[in-house]
Amino acid sequence: MSNGDLLHVVTNDNISDGRKRFGRAMIWGTAGLTAVVGTLQVMQATGQAEFGFANWRPTLYAFCTWAVALCWGQVLIRGEHGKRTLFVLPAAIFVAALTIFPLLFGLIIAFSDWNLSSPTGRQFNGLDNVRQMWTDPFFWNALWNMVLYSAAILVEYAVAFGLALLLNAQIRARKFFRVAFLLPLMLSPVAVSWMIGKSMLEARFGPLSRLARFFGVENPSFFGSPEIARATIMIMDAWTYIPFMMIMILAGLQAIPKELNEAAKVDGANAWRNFWEVTFPLMLPVSITAILIRIIFKLKLADVVINVTSGGPGGATDTVTSFIFREYRERSNVGYGTLLAFVYLVIIVIAMTFLMKLADRWMRPRT
Amino acid sequence: MTATTQIFRDSEADRRHRAKWWTSRIAIYGVLILWTIICLFPIYWTITTSFKMAPNVMKGNMVPFVDYQPAWLGWRSLGLSPDTIWEESTVRAEFMKRFMNSAVISVTSSALAVVLGSLAAYGLSRFNYRFGFMKNSDISFFFLSQLILPPVVLALPFLVLYKELALLDTRVGLILLYTLSVLPIVIWIMRDQFGSIPTELEEAALVDGLSVWGAFATIILPIALPGMVAAFILSLVLTWNEYFFAALLTSTHANTLPVMVASQTGSQGISWWSMAALSFAAILPLIVIGVVLEKYIIKGMAAGAVK
Repeated sequence: MSNGDLLHVVTNDNISDGRKRFGRAMIWGTAGLTAVVGTLQVMQATGQAEFGFANWRPTLYAFCTWAVALCWGQVLIRGEHGKRTLFVLPAAIFVAALTIFPLLFGLIIAFSDWNLSSPTGRQFNGLDNVRQMWTDPFFWNALWNMVLYSAAILVEYAVAFGLALLLNAQIRARKFFRVAFLLPLMLSPVAVSWMIGKSMLEARFGPLSRLARFFGVENPSFFGSPEIARATIMIMDAWTYIPFMMIMILAGLQAIPKELNEAAKVDGANAWRNFWEVTFPLMLPVSITAILIRIIFKLKLADVVINVTSGGPGGATDTVTSFIFREYRERSNVGYGTLLAFVYLVIIVIAMTFLMKLADRWMRPRT
Repeated sequence: MTATTQIFRDSEADRRHRAKWWTSRIAIYGVLILWTIICLFPIYWTITTSFKMAPNVMKGNMVPFVDYQPAWLGWRSLGLSPDTIWEESTVRAEFMKRFMNSAVISVTSSALAVVLGSLAAYGLSRFNYRFGFMKNSDISFFFLSQLILPPVVLALPFLVLYKELALLDTRVGLILLYTLSVLPIVIWIMRDQFGSIPTELEEAALVDGLSVWGAFATIILPIALPGMVAAFILSLVLTWNEYFFAALLTSTHANTLPVMVASQTGSQGISWWSMAALSFAAILPLIVIGVVLEKYIIKGMAAGAVK
């Protein structure tokens, strides 16, 4: 983002020293309050003293006071500049408080043996969780499944592109088709997993099983063998999210000036070459954005798996998220689950950085 | 009688052209209708199943009034059929409680995310910031990078933290988390919105004596309102459907609809018709939103695609 299009305002504030001092005092005062309350609570938690706190709410309230004081103090101390900071600061504090602190806290949990249902509480166990992870075939299996699930995005992309092309063609009732195509995205994955996974794919009465039998499949079972179960989950997830990619690609298609395709037609290109040599290259940036966002969403896939197969058969459909979910639900093993989640996060960050660099390189020479 | 011969007629090439045009039309509409059926059939199936009785389900009847006589069985078990709607029903009370939870949580968190996100996006598109080492692009990246963070990383730490803070199984706890999860999307959409509004508008307003916040509230907000509605609707869809956090962090008081649907799916004895009724009741609000506000949803999703 260049600085040229920013708003430049020059104001002269006359901020008295007293006002500045008041602002600073407020910020540091509330920060001190938070620190004091926090320390007292830590002391109680470690058993050094008893202050009668029922929970950690007092620290939370003190922190909120500090956050408000910080925002208000900006205006007091820096006047007009502070008012501008006030646009971004609340969101920044909100996000920082809700991610950075839990992440740091999570790091502690990740290296401890902590079973929420056991009375012994949290105990550091060093790298034991890592060792357990290393030898846990189900975790690696879940990771591999994520690779397979992500690979399915290419098929989703092809279907979504085809649908977007159709919607962009000269058709009647375009709005009806657009709404109809969009609807799967609106449905809750949990409802979808019942509607499709449990009822339509039901082996005896489900309409899709009947259809399969009509086509000559003897005993249709959609979750019997690992490969078919995985494919079924992929299709159900694709059903929900194809509209998402379709809409993004459609927006891209509509942004292409008509003249380009017309010029290609005048030059004697048929529809096929017109698509591959004009439309597709122009759509490359949008396509890559759509695929990257879709990958991000795909990596969070869990609801359908948890509700339809709970990872079965034999972990064939497990995603990392659903695996950790079950790890917690069945064993209340917070420590191990958190470690797995952190390893997953690291892998995702590395993979996404790599993909974005790659996408950057692909997009540059063309656009 | 002289034989009438047609003087003007389509040449051979024209006819072939027309035949080709017709086949392409038929192919296009064929595919479109096929995909419409793929999209809508599960919804149709759910609606019709909620009016079926056991034999209908087993025979696989499809069309109401032709194949089978619709019955209110499924809706009666939810307490929402015409003959039970005026009576006391514990299931309905339960359902309404979950429904209210879902509504309150998703609307509040979407509104909060739109407010925080719009302000941040506006600031980032208009002013130069420097928070320590972070400049504008870094701050943007900080917000947008939250999108990559998978919910499972935050889930267990939050579980423990909320337990300590007594926020477990409360609406507030879920609202905070949901706001966090949709905030990057809101910022993504709104940054695009504000970027397309020329800064001359504010400059004029500032010359006329408005403050920065005054100009934002009176000049920019009305222009950016459609984008904010789009962001709000998109957040609403995502938060209404969220299951993972809700399943982990709530148990009895703050359960949302997806958790209720999921818990019913698990139990074996549940009958198809009542399950179908419950599922349909859970997705109905979003179907309505999708049909009525489709324009905004598409606008929101397209925001990031086209630069």
